[in-house]
Amino acid sequence: MRFIPTLAALLVATNLANAQSGAAAIDPADWEAVTEAAEGQTVYWHAWGGSTATNDFIAWIGDQAAEQGVTLEHVKLADTADAVGAVLTEKQAGRDADGSVDLIWINGANFAAMKEADLLFGPFAEQLPNWQYVDVEGKTVRTDFTVPTEGYESPWAMAQLVMVHDSARVEEPPRTAEALLDWAQANPGRFTYPQPPDFLGTTFLKQMLIELAEDPAVLQEPAGDNYEAVTEPLWAWLDTLTPLLWREGRAYPETGPRMLHLINDGETDLSFSFSPGEASTAIANFELPESVRTYVLDGGTIGNASFVAIPYNSSAKAGAMVVADIILSPEAQLRAQMPDVLGYGTVLDMEKLPRADRAAFDALELGIATLSPAELGQALPEPHPTWATRIAADWVDRYGVAP
Amino acid sequence: MAEGLHLEGIRIARGDVTLLRVDAHIAPGEVLTLMGPSGSGKSTLLSYVMGDLPRAFRGTGRVTLDGRDLAGLPPEARRIGLLHQDPLLFPHLSVAANLAFGLPRGGTRAERRATVDTALSQIGLDGYGHRDPATLSGGQGARVALMRVLLSRPRALLLDEPFSKLDAARRGQTRDLVFTRAREAGVPILLVTHDAADAQAAAGPVIELS
Amino acid sequence: MLRPLPLLTTLVLAGPVLFGLAGTILPAFGYLVPGADRPFAHVLEWPGLPRALAVSVISGVLATLGALAGAALILAGWYGTRAFGWLERVLSPVLAVPHAAAALGFAFLIAPSGWVARIPAVALGWERAPDLLILGDRWGLSLAAGLIAKELPFLLLMMLAALPQVDAPARLRVARSLGQGRVAAWAKAIFPGLYAQVRLPVLVVLVFGMTNVDVAVILGPSTPPPLAVQVTRWMTDPDLAMRAVAAAGGLALLTATLGILLLWLLAERLAGRIGRAWIWSGHGAPEGALRGAGLVLGGGSAVMVLVGLAALALWSVAARWSYPDLAPEVLTWRSWSRFGPDMAEVALLTLVIAAAATLVSLFLVIGCLEAEHRFGLTLSQRALWLLYLPLLVPQVAFLPGLQLLPLKLGLGPSVWLVLAGHVVFVLPYVFLSLAGPFRAWDGRLAAVAAGLGTSPNRVLWHIRLPMLTGALLVAAAIGVAVSVGQYLPTLLLGGGRVTTLVTEAVALSSGGDRRAIGVWGLGQAGAALLPFALALVVPAIVFRNRRGMRHG
Repeated sequence: MRFIPTLAALLVATNLANAQSGAAAIDPADWEAVTEAAEGQTVYWHAWGGSTATNDFIAWIGDQAAEQGVTLEHVKLADTADAVGAVLTEKQAGRDADGSVDLIWINGANFAAMKEADLLFGPFAEQLPNWQYVDVEGKTVRTDFTVPTEGYESPWAMAQLVMVHDSARVEEPPRTAEALLDWAQANPGRFTYPQPPDFLGTTFLKQMLIELAEDPAVLQEPAGDNYEAVTEPLWAWLDTLTPLLWREGRAYPETGPRMLHLINDGETDLSFSFSPGEASTAIANFELPESVRTYVLDGGTIGNASFVAIPYNSSAKAGAMVVADIILSPEAQLRAQMPDVLGYGTVLDMEKLPRADRAAFDALELGIATLSPAELGQALPEPHPTWATRIAADWVDRYGVAP
Repeated sequence: MAEGLHLEGIRIARGDVTLLRVDAHIAPGEVLTLMGPSGSGKSTLLSYVMGDLPRAFRGTGRVTLDGRDLAGLPPEARRIGLLHQDPLLFPHLSVAANLAFGLPRGGTRAERRATVDTALSQIGLDGYGHRDPATLSGGQGARVALMRVLLSRPRALLLDEPFSKLDAARRGQTRDLVFTRAREAGVPILLVTHDAADAQAAAGPVIELS
Repeated sequence: MLRPLPLLTTLVLAGPVLFGLAGTILPAFGYLVPGADRPFAHVLEWPGLPRALAVSVISGVLATLGALAGAALILAGWYGTRAFGWLERVLSPVLAVPHAAAALGFAFLIAPSGWVARIPAVALGWERAPDLLILGDRWGLSLAAGLIAKELPFLLLMMLAALPQVDAPARLRVARSLGQGRVAAWAKAIFPGLYAQVRLPVLVVLVFGMTNVDVAVILGPSTPPPLAVQVTRWMTDPDLAMRAVAAAGGLALLTATLGILLLWLLAERLAGRIGRAWIWSGHGAPEGALRGAGLVLGGGSAVMVLVGLAALALWSVAARWSYPDLAPEVLTWRSWSRFGPDMAEVALLTLVIAAAATLVSLFLVIGCLEAEHRFGLTLSQRALWLLYLPLLVPQVAFLPGLQLLPLKLGLGPSVWLVLAGHVVFVLPYVFLSLAGPFRAWDGRLAAVAAGLGTSPNRVLWHIRLPMLTGALLVAAAIGVAVSVGQYLPTLLLGGGRVTTLVTEAVALSSGGDRRAIGVWGLGQAGAALLPFALALVVPAIVFRNRRGMRHG
């Protein structure tokens, strides 16, 4: 019976501790005060946990944060929307301080939704000390799927869609949507994509929409009455492709990493990734055959930035800002770009970096299956998030529910 | 003399310890009584004859029934009926279904029902067919159990202390009924008991075990 | 001190379920969640609903029928034989293997590029795996197969525990002497009584089969998924209004579950009629075929789960391992050094939660049983249903509400909430496993002790509990295994903040990294099996000089 009072006491104690740390208002511009407040805080970073390489990198960030007195806990999500949902639930329950989410790996529709619902803390991003190195001119770090970030999220990695193929099985991989369809007709059952609304699956649909739409420029504006007409070619293309897919389109892999394992299992020959270095990383981790290579489509591929954002009710805003700043540091960015770590593109501008850091980036071996920046070419801009949302929902209605 | 139940050179052992040795022949309609205190291995002998000797025991010797060697036959193929001190009526079945349980295959549903009804009236339980066995008295239960065995048309009967749980008044009555019915069936009967009165009523040869 | 415990236990069991149901029903009808627009209409208009419901029902009913038939056939065909002893030994550890770990291993075995299919691939020199929809088929058949493999041992052990109450050896003897073959004798004379004893566990399997999330995510279809998985997705949708849809979906699943339970009870009656007609007919059963089926189902279950675990173990030490190789090219400890330290840390938290939930449960259960012993405060037959309540109400129908209500009270997701949630599911199993031995304890010993002037408390602490050491440890091991396997309560009540071995293993399953899954899955299986090993070893050591305490 003594257990229950103890339990109650502990509950009260933890709540009090949280309330005290989260109560004070934090000014991102006063960085000294931020680091001071951050000390001793625990930051719960809600980030997609489906990739072991990413999880390892986040653990490394945690080690760096510990040096500044911040404890980083990676809350591994199946879907970023889970974290958004958690914050929404708390707001609905009136829990406006002391929330459970401190940092979210986010972009696109989830960011747009949170920003519109006033669920984010900020602006803070451009006050971070390491912001000075960020490539604001050359990289899309101040807009997220055409939505201005306005300092409510801080960039941490550049992503660009690359196609992945096993060169031992496919010598001349298809480089346009039309060619992909022809290839699938010649090789039925050897290609698939992650099941939307998975973000990579949805990205693939957007990429194909850009390939197939008559005028891709309209995708930069919110989807409106033109939605049906613009997406019509995409659905026609998918209707032909679906029976030619792996499992005849009756099942889909859940996520991007699962697609790589399908190649390793001899189930598919062609895949794609949103991280140019992922294939090299996977080869290094024994997850892909050494014959796997990457390439981009003739018309270019979609690119975007990944961000971190801080919920309005975070209990450790200062600690979260310290973590966001660590992620932007040249050291962390360099590590993220190493092919045996993550192989993510950096968001920093080489011209702005101190010479030693720049040399380190220059010396980086990109990995056997990673394309050089020149081969990757200029990334295509993301369509407005309304397109992705509607395409994903339509896809589920058309292909995601068997009658 | 192929008829009847032959027990030739039977030895029941637990580990290295011999529990009993038996040589016997029981003619059809005859009752052989095995007398002995508990722990003398009487019930284990019955298990051996039934063909379900527990694994801790070992039995050797030949058992033949009407000239058929029973070695290796599963219990259900031996056609040996068994009557315990408890009637062991199946509690989830009605009295009639209990009787029908052992009825050999064949005949229409109506014929089988008629057979069961006749059997009920033979043991003075007319109209008890739909009853829950749990509502029967001890003597009634014993009669149903007896009739259930007889309806399965066994070629030999084993009685394992069948009357020990009945009160004195019922015991004599039930004993008479069992022996009469069993003799009528014309099968060899092996009775195991520790009650001298049972042996007397059986009016057959007696083997005393120590 | 002791008197309020039965009432407290009742509250612990029924409170969260009723509370949670309320928290689900209100949003489903548009309360509590602002912006909810006709949630039921949304669920009914979801085009995947018919198929999702069908998959839930098919996988649940098939899994229950398969597991029940398998367990019954093993008993009927093999009880008392050497083969049965062997089956019992290999099936017992399967019971402790958590659902998620078992499903992950099973998935690698049965996939078209999996271990089984690689044998012909190597023999025939295939370079590409056949394009067959085995794993995640649209009717949930592989899901049902995986559930059978996992639930068959559960029902078999529940039946074994109930066997003494149906006087099986004597009934079997009589039935066989009446000319019935082994299997027919079991089916006609023993099974009806045995089924009555294990009916509630069977219904638990039925409900779990229809509404589980962790196994369904790994083995079930995705276009559309079973309804329980879809409800979980709605629950975690960024659009807040979808919470109400999730609640409505949860209620729809609850309704369907109740409907199937009702049909099941009707089918029981029908089966009873057919059984009686069979008994009247005097017909036997195809003995050989049924005994073979029992052996195949039982042995198959054990092999599938245990070989699946072996596959996970091999993956965890595999360097490159591509199709169609049967084994990795080289072995390496890299995956263990990469994921092992994290896994060990999470395993520790998992075991701490499990131990705490088990201790709380043991405290309540012993309190209830002792109160029953001293004051005759018996939890009546209706209380048995109460005990099963948290297991019979689908988790997706009341956990969302349970997540919402503490939030309204200002309690965020936390490890304490997770612990409380675990107690709700651990307590019934601890009670069921301890009640038998506790009640069977020879009460004359208490009378003797009381005669020597010992207080009832001293009797409990110094005589009764020490004598029940074996049973207490087994109950504790079961409690820990149940807690280690709790996925949805940990996910929802911990708000994703509380990471245990099962949430991690299921999260990893979506990525398909079999090396990581291997490390985490083995960790989970180990965490569940360890207490069982201790429960076997500890009494043997403690009571090595006490012959009367063996086999207890």
